[in-house]
Amino acid sequence: MRSSTFILLCTVVAAFVFAAIRWVGNDYLFVAGYVVLQFIVLATAWNILGGYTGYVNFGSAAFFALGAYSSIFFNKAFPLPVPLLIVIGGVVSGIVGLGMGYLTLRLRGAFFAIGTLALAIVLQTLVTNWRYVGGARGAYVIRPGEIEFLGPYSQYLFLLMLALAVIALSIARGIERSQLGYGFATIRDDELAAEASGVPTLRLKLIATTISGGLMGMAGAPFPYYLGYVQPSAAFGLEYAVNSIAMPMIGGTTSWVGPLIGAILLATLQQWATVTISSELGVLIVGVLLVSFVILAPKGIVGLVEGWRRKKAGS
Amino acid sequence: MRHPGELVDIPYDLLVNALVAGLLLGAFYAAVTVGISISFGILDIVNIAHPGFVILGSYIAYIVNTRLGFDPILVSIAMLPVFYALGAVIYQVYHASFERRGQDSLRGLAFFFGLLFVTEVALVLVFGVDYRYVHAAYIGPSINIGIIDLPLRMLVPCLVSLALIAGLQLFLTKTFIGRAIMAVAQDQLALQLMAASPTRIKRIAFAISIATAAIAGALLIIIQPVEPSVGREYIGRVFAICVLGGLGSIPGTLIGAMMLGILESFTSTFYGPSWAPAVAFGVLLLVIAFRPSGLFGR
Repeated sequence: MRSSTFILLCTVVAAFVFAAIRWVGNDYLFVAGYVVLQFIVLATAWNILGGYTGYVNFGSAAFFALGAYSSIFFNKAFPLPVPLLIVIGGVVSGIVGLGMGYLTLRLRGAFFAIGTLALAIVLQTLVTNWRYVGGARGAYVIRPGEIEFLGPYSQYLFLLMLALAVIALSIARGIERSQLGYGFATIRDDELAAEASGVPTLRLKLIATTISGGLMGMAGAPFPYYLGYVQPSAAFGLEYAVNSIAMPMIGGTTSWVGPLIGAILLATLQQWATVTISSELGVLIVGVLLVSFVILAPKGIVGLVEGWRRKKAGS
Repeated sequence: MRHPGELVDIPYDLLVNALVAGLLLGAFYAAVTVGISISFGILDIVNIAHPGFVILGSYIAYIVNTRLGFDPILVSIAMLPVFYALGAVIYQVYHASFERRGQDSLRGLAFFFGLLFVTEVALVLVFGVDYRYVHAAYIGPSINIGIIDLPLRMLVPCLVSLALIAGLQLFLTKTFIGRAIMAVAQDQLALQLMAASPTRIKRIAFAISIATAAIAGALLIIIQPVEPSVGREYIGRVFAICVLGGLGSIPGTLIGAMMLGILESFTSTFYGPSWAPAVAFGVLLLVIAFRPSGLFGR
């Protein structure tokens, strides 16, 4: 399938999803759906770096929070429309992602992963001590109740996140099928050999960290408008880091389908657990699933399905 | 906020006390880190879940202390076999799922990250997010020597930690198994030729590293009240210290821990405690970026 066809197909599916939820007419579905879509973007973004190049990022929450806090900053300094804030959040997080990319010069494997975790804590401390954006107490954002032509604000945010999800998936699939994707795969499989055979590994890694970080920031930018209130411990929450790793790992890291499946399953499960039991139980399930999948099904759901199909074809 | 230039005006006794507090804190950090020095430094297993096990140790000390009134340190010593067994089981799973399949990097990391998260959330579900603390005779009073103030709450963990470090160093350098553990990091094949199974040696070493978390946990809850997410702050600290100390060197761990302790103590005395968490991670970023082999590295 050509990329333009894929984007068209995604848009049609997205439009269908939006129309279906509107037809059901339950506003809660938009609120819950927003979270699912946000995790689709986060998981896809994580996978562009983690799944394709093999560099584990434990600091997803930092990029997400950077997007959220750049929105808070502009909301106070000079208010801009949300779509523009998403672009700004993406740029800010993309720049930090580029910086993180230079870390890969010195840090491989576990050291890189721990470095990203360190980056997240350092940024959180900076934001906690920055009074202009609310410091430790957090900041409020006044969001309009209605938006013209569309109705409730939650539907507007949902639509924006839906568009972001389509963009993220198209980018991930585009990378997978381009020369860039093959370059990423050589880094994942054997970075030294890739370097030796003339693959520009540093440039490729910088591209991966920038795109991945930028998309995470874009997912975080509308967050203050979604909640109406942001504090550092919420925006930098470990749940974001764990979820953005667990979703691709459980879905399967080798293609764009994996994070999509993982995000839909896990985010829906958590929304359901939050409503029926408690949100802690929801995240506990995610943690347990992550550990069990990593042990028992290292290739995720996509790998399980492929294995099952191959077995069926063989017999 | 103060500026570094004002340091000159800082009273002498404040400076000395910050230094002493840093040394005491550093000694305690060594107890938390020594487990990582064994698992990450010697065995090359990136156990980022270690702080989670430390917090688990804190909560066990808390339960037994509040229910039965036993001393937290004695409780932790009694818990050593349990933590040892837990460590052996975790290593067995890790070995069978990642090490043997040669996938230990990416998935092994996710495995330990998941374990850390599961421990934390499980503790939140059982105990909630309230701060918990223990009771013991040495929590509260302090000894004063001249202008130096030595709170027993810090001094006792410091001494226990030093004993733990000394014991481990003796074990690793003087016993056959200890030397085999040091050897497994260097040459597995040679170890096999000496008729020692590398897997068994690694299992013992990893189990010991988790066992140290029981003691570190008890020390932690003596020093400060504990809630489940406290462990996260320690991820940066332990890896910063471990890398500073030169990965896998026990004396290096102690020195690295002291340095970080002093640095943090000065930061919270002169800039405020809200900046202290960034110190460890900032040091970590600087060290792994510029001196990955540590200050005393091989």
